[in-house]
Amino acid sequence: MSAPDFDIKYVARLARLNLTPEEETTLGAQLGHILGYIAKLKEVDVSHVEPTAHAFPIVNVMRPDEIRPSLPHDEAMRNAPAKANGLFIVPKIVE
Amino acid sequence: MLNQLTISEVAAKLANREVSARQVTQSCLDRIAAVDGRIHAFLSHDDADALAQADAADKRLAAGERSPLLGVPIALKDVLCVKGQPANCASKILGKFISPYDATVVEKLRAAGAIVFGRLNMDEFAMGSSTENSAFGTTLNPWDTTRIPGGSSGGSAAAVAADEALATLGSDTGGSIRQPAALCGCVGLKPTYGLVSRYGLIAFASSLDQIGSFTKDVRDAATMLGAIAGHDPRDSTSVPRPVPDYTAALGKSIKGLKLGLPKEYMIGGMDAEVKAAVDAAVKKLTELGAEVVEISLPHTDYAVAVYYIIATAEASANLARFDGIRYGARVDGADPIALYGNTRGAGFGAEVKRRIILGTYVLSSGYYDAFYLRAQKVRTLIRQDFLKAFEQVDAIVTPTTPTPAFKVGEKSGDPLQMYLSDIFTISCNLAGIPGLSLPCGFATNAERGARNAKLPIGLQLLGKPFGEETLFQIAHAYEQATPWHREKPAL
Repeated sequence: MSAPDFDIKYVARLARLNLTPEEETTLGAQLGHILGYIAKLKEVDVSHVEPTAHAFPIVNVMRPDEIRPSLPHDEAMRNAPAKANGLFIVPKIVE
Repeated sequence: MLNQLTISEVAAKLANREVSARQVTQSCLDRIAAVDGRIHAFLSHDDADALAQADAADKRLAAGERSPLLGVPIALKDVLCVKGQPANCASKILGKFISPYDATVVEKLRAAGAIVFGRLNMDEFAMGSSTENSAFGTTLNPWDTTRIPGGSSGGSAAAVAADEALATLGSDTGGSIRQPAALCGCVGLKPTYGLVSRYGLIAFASSLDQIGSFTKDVRDAATMLGAIAGHDPRDSTSVPRPVPDYTAALGKSIKGLKLGLPKEYMIGGMDAEVKAAVDAAVKKLTELGAEVVEISLPHTDYAVAVYYIIATAEASANLARFDGIRYGARVDGADPIALYGNTRGAGFGAEVKRRIILGTYVLSSGYYDAFYLRAQKVRTLIRQDFLKAFEQVDAIVTPTTPTPAFKVGEKSGDPLQMYLSDIFTISCNLAGIPGLSLPCGFATNAERGARNAKLPIGLQLLGKPFGEETLFQIAHAYEQATPWHREKPAL
């Protein structure tokens, strides 16, 4: 669990997060240190323990299926970094 | 100086028509103009909008309407959405983002007649304990401007301590309200998970985040909670239960209440003056009639590790939405994947990157069971520790932080040391229970040239799920019997 196979380049790619070589070195070392600390959880016997996702789980939360006003189109687009004709502009996805 | 008063004092003057909401608001804006250059609590404030809201409140007051927050200026952490105002989470990645809607807590404050204004500084995406992770500069502690105010809601705490607003809202994921409240000398409340709607709160770790208040005294904390609590269909974790009148708990004797002192919180490395102040507070609570017993929370030592797995895992998922496509800053790339990586690499600061990487790693194939699932199981044990303790006691008493405010730069190079400064506040979020920090004394600030010769210390009270009334009862009894909350920093 001290994760000698922690590959920062691979994880950064999964996270879609470009790091500079300096960041890879610094963050890699700091995260190694933090993962070493986190390894103390190995000491705990959790063999008969259920996981907790939420402190007070509320299940099957429903609301009435009613048509309500939503954000106007131009309001929803207002913060777009690039837009035209009421659409978001993105780089080409398919050739 | 109207800005120096509490909410209840100002509400009385507004009700008598002794002063106007405009005067109260102007006094806060004047104070900001005078001192915020030294503490940088605010990222921005829209004075014209605040004064227009004040005029509207004055009209309601003139028409005979009365309510505890009508005409009261309240400032917000930069993590809450206010329609037409910027929301940056103290990050570059949100660019020139303007919120298209009001958070539920903002709607509720507006309905109560509060003047909702200002964007308060914080650690980027609420990740940090000092506000040093803000992309827009560090907030400084009003008691000593060479020290940090705590974090992540450092701006919210500093603004109340410096009398720039009558109260503020913040968010608390691992102590981000209670820790800065302790270090700046105000009352900070993290309510029970599910009590306050998070609709319009920019998410960090959704199973831990909760919105709460910073106030100058306990009565104001009870008033604020009454205004912001309540079920909201727009937050599926919001708990459907009626909101009591929290101020009804104030003034009740604490005779016969049982308080627990967890032996695991008496750690080495605790500042001697913090320990002495907390010991004295416990003695005071005993004099006031409470019975104090030692309790055990055996899994305390694992809380920080559990927290930094769960919080970072949830953050890595929540922050995936900042991709440069629909809002915020964008750094172009040849294809969408390159655009995401470029935008996020340029837009996020170091601590946010650290946590996204850690969270992505603990959720990644092959590590999920070893890290994330194991952490969720230890979380169960931590929660059970508390529920078992609450069979014995009505509330738990601890220090809020192991030390008073530290120096700017003192821990910023060592993330693990920074994480460990949250050791007393983290378990509360994992267990979902309420926690309140209130002033319980001062440590000596021997620094030459320090404007104030002392630094605030906070006492933390932890309660049963939805046990906020008991926390207010205890905190108010203690506050009324001690002078700490009346002290103000020379700034």
